[in-house]
Amino acid sequence: MRHLVVLEAVQPATPPPAELMAGIMALGEEATRAGALIDTAGLAPSLVGAKVTVGAGAGLQVTDGPFAESKEMISYAVYDTRTKEEAVEWTSRFMALHRDLWPGWEGEARVLKVMGPEDF
Amino acid sequence: MGAGTAAVEAVWRIESGRLVAGLARLTGDVGTAEEFAQDALVAALEQWPVTGVPPNPGGWLMTTARNRAVDGFRRAAVHRRAVETVGRAAPASLDERDAVDDALDDPVGDDLLRLLFTACHPALNREYRVALTLRCLTGLRTDEIARAFLVPEPVAGQRISRAKKALRDKGIRFEMPGPAEVTERLASVLEVIYLVFNEGYSATAGDDWMRPELSAEALRLARLTAVSVPDHPEAHGLAALLELTQSRAAARHDATGRPVLLQHQDRRRWDRLLVRRGLAALVRARDAGGGTVGPYTLQAAIAACHATAPTAADTDWVQIAGLYDVLATAWPSPVVALNRAMAHGHAAGPAAGLALLDAVDVEALARYPQLPAVRGELLAMAGEHAAAAAGFAEAAALTRNGPERALFTERADRARAAADPMGP
Repeated sequence: MRHLVVLEAVQPATPPPAELMAGIMALGEEATRAGALIDTAGLAPSLVGAKVTVGAGAGLQVTDGPFAESKEMISYAVYDTRTKEEAVEWTSRFMALHRDLWPGWEGEARVLKVMGPEDF
Repeated sequence: MGAGTAAVEAVWRIESGRLVAGLARLTGDVGTAEEFAQDALVAALEQWPVTGVPPNPGGWLMTTARNRAVDGFRRAAVHRRAVETVGRAAPASLDERDAVDDALDDPVGDDLLRLLFTACHPALNREYRVALTLRCLTGLRTDEIARAFLVPEPVAGQRISRAKKALRDKGIRFEMPGPAEVTERLASVLEVIYLVFNEGYSATAGDDWMRPELSAEALRLARLTAVSVPDHPEAHGLAALLELTQSRAAARHDATGRPVLLQHQDRRRWDRLLVRRGLAALVRARDAGGGTVGPYTLQAAIAACHATAPTAADTDWVQIAGLYDVLATAWPSPVVALNRAMAHGHAAGPAAGLALLDAVDVEALARYPQLPAVRGELLAMAGEHAAAAAGFAEAAALTRNGPERALFTERADRARAAADPMGP
């Protein structure tokens, strides 16, 4: 089954430590090699994005970034695993790296199941 | 299954291959390594639901397994040979923790690859290779392997234990073959993965059209292999073939579970991410091959023709027929000849296909339902509906797969109706 993990975070003013980046690379390589991580990418700041909204009576509205949310979408990852717990475990390892290696970092990763053949 | 147990299983899925591989490096013996890894799993299942998953679960499993290994070796005289191996690998002066870290410190997965090459040793028979690979590399339990291959659990257990015994008896060590042998041994690895995938993708018997978990495991092993031996084009070719084939999985049956043939599939249900991954792997296969392609890469190229056609009518059958010509020349087989006839039937008309069908070795395919099914298909295209109906009826009688039988029966009925529109 497939899970989409979206990462939202408040980034500290300090740049990400080199150890964190190395840890993320190693974990990503491990998960890719295991066949579990099948797609991932970073997301540019919402400053260069836009949102298209449908509101009551307002019709379609296109708003350029940045968005007012306190947290920014940082990245996404797609995992192909046998269970939800496995996707959660990979995500926990990813989050633990941030906790351990980047003081002041706060974030939230949502693990969302992508509907698959098993759901029908 | 409780939430705690599910968490243990998740960690087990992620760590078991590396754990067995690391232990095999310590003990030199895959069978012993696998047993100690299982012991560690049992310990985790007992403790983690109570204590919670430890911060470094892989390290915990490795330490536990290694401690059990040392205990076991101390007690059991039958393991004397292995004790000596461990003694050499980890002399008393060496801090145990270092040895454990060392066994886990395998960022590029060389141990996993070594485990794969050992489990797929050509000296083992094919059934043993498949069972051992699934058990050691994917962490599938014996009952899951039994279910996947539709055999009773004791039979699956026997295959695994006999495979381990065979490794021991034949003196097959946990090691990578030399560079000269890698290509040859890799062929066995790829074959096992291909077999496992196909067993899951089109079950030869039973009522499940697919056993999706088995295909998913094979796809993961193919990805692992391709990443591990990036210079070998066929590893990428197999990965490409499996990604592209798997991309169609959701469209292969309708809402009631009945099979849907390629030309009738709803292509919106094809998995675009897997298509993209498959096409990328195909490019890597061609690059690594430097102009020469192997059979998996060729089959992947055929799958890519289907994957990139927006509708069935847009299929580039001329290119597919050409790829089958190459495949039939370099790696001839009765099944390839059959598919080649089908491709030429689409590319140049049913007469061309039927002419090639005459050259297919029907003796070799006497029990193969696709032979009469392809004949039926080509005859239906030629407007010879009565003969087509006979082909589909023969296919229905031959298949051991329930849903497939229903599909062939329905096509036979339709062909009969087309042959005699005024009939009952």
